Amino acid sequence: MQQDDVVEPRVPVKDELKKRTVKGPDGFEFEVDPIHDYYCDARPEVRPGSYLKIVEDLFNWARSESLWILGFGTGCGAIEMRPLMTPRFDAYRYGIQWRPTPRQANLFVISGYLSVKTLKRVIRSYEQMQNPKYVVGLGSCTVNGGMYWDSYNTIKKLDEYLPVDVYVTGCMPRPEALLAGFEELKRIIRAGKGEGANLYAKNFDWYKANQKRVIHDWDMPDYNW
Amino acid sequence: MRTLLENLKERFPLGPITEQRPDLVFVTVERSGLRPLLAHLRDREGFTHLVLLTAVDWIEENLFQLTYLVHDRRRGRDIGLRVLVPRDAAEMETIHDLWPTAATYQRELREMFGIGFPGSPRVDEEFILEGWVDLPPYRRDFDTKAFAEEAFAHRPGRETHDPATHMRERLTAQGRAK
Amino acid sequence: MTFEWIKIPQSLLTLFIVLNYGLLLTALVQKIAARAGRRHGIPIWQNYVDLLKNYGLRTNITHGVMYYLGPVFRLSGGVGLLLFVPTIYGSEMFSNLSFAGDLILALYFIFFGTLGMALGAGESGHPHAAIGVSRGLSQVTAAELPLALAVFSVALQYHTLSVTDIVAAQQGGVAHWTLVTNPLAVVAGMFSFLGSMMRSPFDVVLAPQEIPIGPPTEYHSSYLALMQTNRAIFPVAKMVIYMNLFFGGASSWAEFCLKIFLIYMVSALVGVVFPRFRVEQSIRWFLTWAVPVGVAAILLV
Repeated sequence: MQQDDVVEPRVPVKDELKKRTVKGPDGFEFEVDPIHDYYCDARPEVRPGSYLKIVEDLFNWARSESLWILGFGTGCGAIEMRPLMTPRFDAYRYGIQWRPTPRQANLFVISGYLSVKTLKRVIRSYEQMQNPKYVVGLGSCTVNGGMYWDSYNTIKKLDEYLPVDVYVTGCMPRPEALLAGFEELKRIIRAGKGEGANLYAKNFDWYKANQKRVIHDWDMPDYNW
Repeated sequence: MRTLLENLKERFPLGPITEQRPDLVFVTVERSGLRPLLAHLRDREGFTHLVLLTAVDWIEENLFQLTYLVHDRRRGRDIGLRVLVPRDAAEMETIHDLWPTAATYQRELREMFGIGFPGSPRVDEEFILEGWVDLPPYRRDFDTKAFAEEAFAHRPGRETHDPATHMRERLTAQGRAK
Repeated sequence: MTFEWIKIPQSLLTLFIVLNYGLLLTALVQKIAARAGRRHGIPIWQNYVDLLKNYGLRTNITHGVMYYLGPVFRLSGGVGLLLFVPTIYGSEMFSNLSFAGDLILALYFIFFGTLGMALGAGESGHPHAAIGVSRGLSQVTAAELPLALAVFSVALQYHTLSVTDIVAAQQGGVAHWTLVTNPLAVVAGMFSFLGSMMRSPFDVVLAPQEIPIGPPTEYHSSYLALMQTNRAIFPVAKMVIYMNLFFGGASSWAEFCLKIFLIYMVSALVGVVFPRFRVEQSIRWFLTWAVPVGVAAILLV
């Protein structure tokens, strides 16, 4: 893939990611370049839906009724997601489940403030999720920084870095608000407007430039499958 | 506590003493006098727990103040030792051999204040921040607001209220009348 | 024995019925477990929606051939187990492809899926998958031992390796069931059943808390959907074996549904009540409690 020459990393690369020569057990020496050898860095592609509208509508209905959340709590808002599993709120009724691995999840709840360090992990996890995927920004911090508006290491505007489908405001929003946000997301998906993954693929260079502007030690491939 | 301070005064040169509570005093000591004093407190006087190691940036005096707070579990008392180091040559002796936990504090201080602790394990690795390229962020000459405004994209339309004036306007009579 | 082609669509019909029954049954058992925690639980059709969604995902990636074959092996383990065992006793239509020595084949198929999964998950290269697989294989191996003993005991008792003949010998009321005539074998078999259902206390393989989800960590979209399909078929197929060996088989679909549900409830009830074993604890449990019962069952026949 072509190299993005927007912002070159200003921080030296970690030792384990440097190009090096390794001697194999059979005596051969070969060169390892971890970032390019260990990851597939093909760019994401825009994946159109099914040709038949009725099939796509059916799939969209299924997607909306089966939201699998990636269990990744980025900030204090993660504590508001846990009550959703309990008998009091019981989000399982609405087809919402938690999956521990990004491969199986299709909804990423950014729960609260997002520091630059976490943003890096969030991007990796987000990119490992499969198309179509959705992002819910939880709490005011994801909207405009919230109470961390002048903090030196939290991002202020989530949709600069990831395509966001729904924002749930509040500091912190109650679990009811989160449930209402999920219902809103379901309406969006059913209307066929939950195309965040394709948006991400389409404006890939713009998102990458924004991400690299804040993440100075970019030591991963541009797209983590 | 009094007797302890008397004892210490006989053995070590102590600076100004602040008695915060009956069970908590702060003592200012010289840079070179810290280590023997800490060792004495730990081994002889029962202050076995390093509660925290933190720093204050006295930018006006061009000094960093390091505070070593140690705790005596058995008698339930604390002593804070204050050491002043110059800001432009910010470096301090490491105490990770007295308390292994100090290494973590020292890593944090190295990253957040830029105070060096030569010889402390992994002190030069990044601790919380990743890829930080600016001044250490807890120094007072680091302008957080300007940095945040420059580094991050902001959403327009944000209102800010100063909490004191805002609450005064909302709560007091002349504020509501206005 | 001549092969009749009509058996193929008939077996597929069985498969279709069992798939739907399995999807509904697992959702129902999940609902029951949720009610034990005073929740409403998932809607009863949730498994269908999840399946549809996973088949409808637009991208999938692969880690290699074995990664692709893993879910296929797993599914063929479940389907094979179902197809080579008579589902409904006395019905020519639903006796599937059973033959004289099918009991041995069934034992093989129970293990087959796990092995395929191990190869596939190993190729995915995720450390959690590797941990999960090693846990899974050791636990399934330990759980398989009492089952094998119980099966041999039953085979010795009836002097046959054909499931159809074993069911035939149990006809004529509860008094003829293996449950009554050879209770030790049933106990050993049910202990093993608990271990192979991936429910608490033996669910350390999936361990959603410490090693996120274990073997299927890297599986997604269609691969995961294949595995979900198997997750619906395989327990039912396994319970068909248990039903045929121990509980007199079923002579109609209604009896089939009822018996399978009750057998599943054994595992579900135990799962709701007991916390999780670690791998070494569960292996020790199988070796100290289930295996001696199985040995006794063989000795006493």
